[in-house]
Amino acid sequence: MATATETPTSNTHTQEAHWDGASKPFRVGYGKLMMWYFLVSDAFTFAGFLIAYGALRFSMPTWPVPDFVFKTLPFDLHLLIPGKIAPLIFVTFMSFVLIISSVTMVRAVQEGERENKSGVVKWMLLTVIGGAGFLGCQAWEWSNLIGKEHMSLTTNPFGTHVADGTYTVDEHGIPYAPGVEAETFEAGESYIVHQENGEWIKRSFQTVDQPGVVQKQEFGPRAFGALFFFITGFHGFHVFSGLVFLLIIALNSASGQYAARKNGYEMVEKIGLYWHFVDLVWVFVFLVFYLI
Amino acid sequence: MADHLSYEQSKKMVFRGLGLLAAITLVEVLFSLAGKGYVPGLGFLSGGGVTVYIVGFILIALSLYKAKFIIYDFMHMKYEAKGLAMTVLLPVGLLFWGMIAFFNEGNYWGERRDDIKDRNKIEVSAPPAVSPIERSPVASPQVLGQDQ
Repeated sequence: MATATETPTSNTHTQEAHWDGASKPFRVGYGKLMMWYFLVSDAFTFAGFLIAYGALRFSMPTWPVPDFVFKTLPFDLHLLIPGKIAPLIFVTFMSFVLIISSVTMVRAVQEGERENKSGVVKWMLLTVIGGAGFLGCQAWEWSNLIGKEHMSLTTNPFGTHVADGTYTVDEHGIPYAPGVEAETFEAGESYIVHQENGEWIKRSFQTVDQPGVVQKQEFGPRAFGALFFFITGFHGFHVFSGLVFLLIIALNSASGQYAARKNGYEMVEKIGLYWHFVDLVWVFVFLVFYLI
Repeated sequence: MADHLSYEQSKKMVFRGLGLLAAITLVEVLFSLAGKGYVPGLGFLSGGGVTVYIVGFILIALSLYKAKFIIYDFMHMKYEAKGLAMTVLLPVGLLFWGMIAFFNEGNYWGERRDDIKDRNKIEVSAPPAVSPIERSPVASPQVLGQDQ
């Protein structure tokens, strides 16, 4: 279809010409038009996920706050920062990696328009590196959440205090020794339920509005883990499949397959649309999961 | 597309775009952290109440601007036929209504939680709706059905 004969895009052609398949609807090739419509359908899928996330989040009295959940860096680098936390720093870095790979993709498409084969291959490979870097960051984030913080599809260790109070046991679940000042917390403060030797340590505490009543830490809203892993995982799967297609198309470009078509590397343009869409989705995943 | 911008111009557009997207992302993170009280000079944005909505509005507006820039400049939507742009953008645009509606509905579920707790309390303390004779100790499903 991409190699179909071009008709002049003047308004001289007749109604029949449209139905003969001689002219391109919307003045784009079939593959590119269908890529746009695929992206529309994909946008609906992601919107469904984000609607589920938003509706559940709004329905909960408390929700894990992103600056508490995502506050660590690889190799314990956050310990070097004053205050020993790095809220949202790592995801900001991830976003930059994806934005940069989007920019290199635009350059690849531009070189394709000039029929510059080596330029296309070079910028596409840089895009692959950016995408792989993003996936690597996501792999670290997931392994930190699963392995270190023990979040799972059904268990969310990130809870929130609803009233001011004082802990009656320390971080290891052992009652405070006499004379040791107990740790206090405020309403709205986040906590993480730790695991020690495979056992959950739910610290007990007393609040000011119910003095004398010993309460225990609870897990946070249960849906958080499933929503997080499904939405970022579905996005990561898009990045991964994008990488596979980028590599295939880069190899085809290098072999001269698209140069022979003489259509300004339209295939590169199509995978470019997909890749920008992946970046576009991340804009919204970043907004709802990390910023708000 | 190449006929709309020269090669040199389009190269410049790309790196301007990179700067723009990176700067907007940084500003977003700054506002997000300010809204949570991490930024010393912007502590007033973490006061709760109306500031939550102000920060949220700024974050959503900036994200929508990023989305618009990616679609129109990086994906070249501004050079496509108007019909193509409309068939893609209109359905997705209408989806925003769906999102607002469902978020609103979710908020209502949240408000109902206390209501449901109150109702459960009423049922526990209310006198039996049927006479004690009909209410056998082991209630058969039929009796339960009448109960409701």
